[in-house]
Amino acid sequence: MNLTLKIWRQNGSQDKGRMVDYQVSDISKDMSFLEMMDVLNEQIINKGEEPVAFDHDCREGICGMCSMHINGEAHGPDKGITTCQLHMRSFKDGDTITIEPFRAKAFPVIKDLVVDRSSFERIQQAGGYISVNTSGNTQDANAIPIDKHAADKAMDAATCIGCGACVASCKNASAMLFVGAKVSQYALLPQGQVEAVDRVKNMVAQMDLEGFGNCTNTGACEVECPKGISLENIARLNREYFKANVKG
Amino acid sequence: MSVLDSKVPEGPLKDKWTNYKDKINLVNPANKRSIDIIVVGTGLAGGSAAATLAELGYNVKAFCYQDSPRRAHSIAAQGGINAAKNYQGDGDSTFRLFYDTVKGGDYRSREANVYRLAEVSANIIDQCVAQGVPFARDYGGLLDNRSFGGVLVSRTFYAKGQTGQQLLLGAYSAMNRQIARGKIEMHNRHEMLDVVKIDGKARGIIARNLVTGEIERHSAHAVVIATGGYGNVYFLSTNAMGSNATAAWKIHKKGAFFANPCYTQIHPTCIPRSGDYQSKLTLMSESLRNDGRIWVPKKMEDVLAIREGRKKPTDLSEEERDYYLERRYPAFGNLVPRDVASRAAKERCDAGYGVNATGEAVYLDFQSAIERYGNEQAKLHGLTNPSKEKITELGEEIVRAKYGNLFQMYEKIVDENPYKTPMMIYPATHYTMGGIWVDYNLMTTVEGLYCIGEANFSDHGANRLGASALMQGLADGYFILPYTIGDYLSHEIRTGKIPTDTPEFDEAEKAVKDRINAFINNKGTHSVDYFHKKLGKVMWDKCGMSRNATDLKKAISEIKEIREEFYKSVKVPGRADEMNPELEKAGRVADFLELGELFAKDALMREESCGGHFREESVELEGEQKGEAKRNDAEFAFVAAWEYKGEPSDAVLHKEELEFKDIELKQRSYK
Ligand SMILES: Cc1cc2nc3c(=O)[nH]c(=O)nc-3n(C[C@H](O)[C@H](O)[C@H](O)COP(=O)(O)OP(=O)(O)OC[C@H]3O[C@@H](n4cnc5c(N)ncnc54)[C@H](O)[C@@H]3O)c2cc1C
Ligand code: SF4
Ligand code: FES
Repeated sequence: MNLTLKIWRQNGSQDKGRMVDYQVSDISKDMSFLEMMDVLNEQIINKGEEPVAFDHDCREGICGMCSMHINGEAHGPDKGITTCQLHMRSFKDGDTITIEPFRAKAFPVIKDLVVDRSSFERIQQAGGYISVNTSGNTQDANAIPIDKHAADKAMDAATCIGCGACVASCKNASAMLFVGAKVSQYALLPQGQVEAVDRVKNMVAQMDLEGFGNCTNTGACEVECPKGISLENIARLNREYFKANVKG
Repeated sequence: MSVLDSKVPEGPLKDKWTNYKDKINLVNPANKRSIDIIVVGTGLAGGSAAATLAELGYNVKAFCYQDSPRRAHSIAAQGGINAAKNYQGDGDSTFRLFYDTVKGGDYRSREANVYRLAEVSANIIDQCVAQGVPFARDYGGLLDNRSFGGVLVSRTFYAKGQTGQQLLLGAYSAMNRQIARGKIEMHNRHEMLDVVKIDGKARGIIARNLVTGEIERHSAHAVVIATGGYGNVYFLSTNAMGSNATAAWKIHKKGAFFANPCYTQIHPTCIPRSGDYQSKLTLMSESLRNDGRIWVPKKMEDVLAIREGRKKPTDLSEEERDYYLERRYPAFGNLVPRDVASRAAKERCDAGYGVNATGEAVYLDFQSAIERYGNEQAKLHGLTNPSKEKITELGEEIVRAKYGNLFQMYEKIVDENPYKTPMMIYPATHYTMGGIWVDYNLMTTVEGLYCIGEANFSDHGANRLGASALMQGLADGYFILPYTIGDYLSHEIRTGKIPTDTPEFDEAEKAVKDRINAFINNKGTHSVDYFHKKLGKVMWDKCGMSRNATDLKKAISEIKEIREEFYKSVKVPGRADEMNPELEKAGRVADFLELGELFAKDALMREESCGGHFREESVELEGEQKGEAKRNDAEFAFVAAWEYKGEPSDAVLHKEELEFKDIELKQRSYK
């Protein structure tokens, strides 16, 4: 198929940026979206111009590196997948596709489609861990049985890949789904209890500091999240935060 | 003594590590504060090492090329991690895990290292659970296990199909705690481009800031390389797009020997390629072989009918299917080790029985498993005379719970529903057992330079068993390196800060800058990928699942030609002082073009078949094992460690003889 691509080009964080049109032809429906981008870049390089910079690594939906806003949706039109898992069979011959970076105040553009998500890093550093040293004397893994349902729920929350689509699709650019997922994983496990109060307070404080917006329960994040992280995690985050503030 | 002193401690195998730890030199807590360690790579190996070293009190500087340590390629590991816990009471033990690993590696690994790995494996699970890693559990709340290829026990721990992700997030959380304390200085989006040696010791690195293009100097008392494997030398592999050999190759050029480069794992169950635009291949975890049965049609007419769309695989009856692994290897069946399963698939496809348009695909079928689980569930639910549909529904539920994300991934890529029609799979490059040579301390042949995880050669011999890479990465990083590096650093407490304004740093930085400028100024005619694909094709065709002397010699000269052409006509757009992904790729492919040649040279030298290295000249000619790989212990029971001498063709071979005191060398039989 033949396609028209409208792509955000921005040469560095200081540049104002603009949309640029490109044509690609002979795109196979079995190609992945990023393979289509490879074809485009090969074409651009052969013309002697600078290819479009975009983040990607695993190309199987797990590293969370890829981050494109396609036709107005984070990770494109299909649900439950990342940009790298999107295939060209979701488009048709003659389509015009708009490709932009994830947009949020807390995710400044570095170049073209590449954004800086280090705000997520700092939130995790504020409390996204259990304070246990590596010693070789840790108690046996089966010493504390964990209810299967709680363990499965913790696992569901833990599958967040830190991509930022939730932020990019929220009109307030809120990071509640991401933070909710992390807080939930620990809140659901006995190992996470000891530090629960400080964890939730510190992570939320850091989130506010980074300039993420407030959550107004629109649910857009859940819809666009490639890993199906549910709003239940935001509710749990709110409960944990409330509990923590009551305890002081 | 030759230069290759493996430093394996004396004493009985099972006491070596304990005795050694007891006698090792320690650094007192106050002195640790004045010692710096660089860790390059934040996958399971580097991430766990960085966190643990920082917990101990050292100042750690960690580097990765992604925008977060959590995105290292380890994140993609699906199936699980081994540990000799014997929670299932099925006869597992440290010795059995050790034995399986040595046998699985076709007796080409170092006994003492493997035993130590098995010994610390149980601690890994304890540590991860304490960190909040949500491993799968049974209804009693205890940890669940599954089986992987090449073993007869259930010792694999897992977190759905995302075990690597969960383990890495565990190590990452431990790192975050240390980053917050200021004990780890994290450098994301940085690529190491050289190591700096002063008086023979590793004292720092040169790195490029991938956002600004700035070339930076970083010094330390010791340098740890944890940069993963070099599977992308094949262009197409299951590795992440950015996985590379640059750090390993650069240290090789500075004196670290490279061991067994030809030992590569071609994984049997990957999604077949669909076209020339293909950028990577996707693994379907080995755990699927617990429940999936592999087959091709028995009759050629059925093969043709399927390829032409006249028949569907589900139209074929049991009798019309050739479950070739169950037929050839009745004892292990679909759970033979990876190298064996891959060659068997190639054998069937070479004979013309491949089931897709390219002729390079076999079926992985879950029908029996769905029925088996369905019947089991029907009983559990007390259903009498359940309908076929009900059984299928119940069975699919179980399969979904176990492998749901893999099935979904498959469906997204291939656009077929694997619950209803068998998956199509074909072998693909997956893992590299070869890597930087290290001694028992995980130190390379350069003093103060360590190498851990997939980047080193140490524990898997000529073939790695499933779920053992995650185990090795975390064993190295959490439990082994933190001890052994202390022994070395105990001599560094009076050294003081290492300055970066020395001639050695000047020289290394200049070489890095010159090379970058040469790429940018080259004004060639072809993109980096053009050369990478060319190299990949030579590697796959001539250094792939089956190798022979004629082809390997051709590969050596062809790779050299591609390399020369690359330097003459590669085109790298953009500037050096900005974010420039093409420039990053150029540097990586340049290194693959040298490594590829050494790879072929090593494969040519090793005139035996062992593990993933299959030489057509070395097969069993008769008896029960006819046609199977033939090892040659009399001449090749050694580690081949190559010393860099300029061109890859000039590399000099050093041998570390392998001794097996606790295991009898046997032919690996899975019949
Ligand atoms: C799809 C897939 C599934 C797998 N499943 C399993 C499984 O189920 N069980 C199992 O045991 N094993 C599995 N493996 C193998 C296992 O995942 C890897 O061998 C292991 O994770 C490697 O870990 P590592 O820490 O050595 O390196 P990696 O995780 O590859 O990390 C490399 C690190 O080095 C950094 N880096 C690389 N080069 C540079 C440079 N020049 N400068 C700076 N930083 C650099 C990267 O940024 C990254 O942080 C799987 C592998 C694949 C590909
Ligand atoms: S919650 Fe979902 S959308 Fe948000 S970072 Fe995690 S995986 Fe991405
Ligand atoms: S590239 Fe890793 S999730 Fe898309």
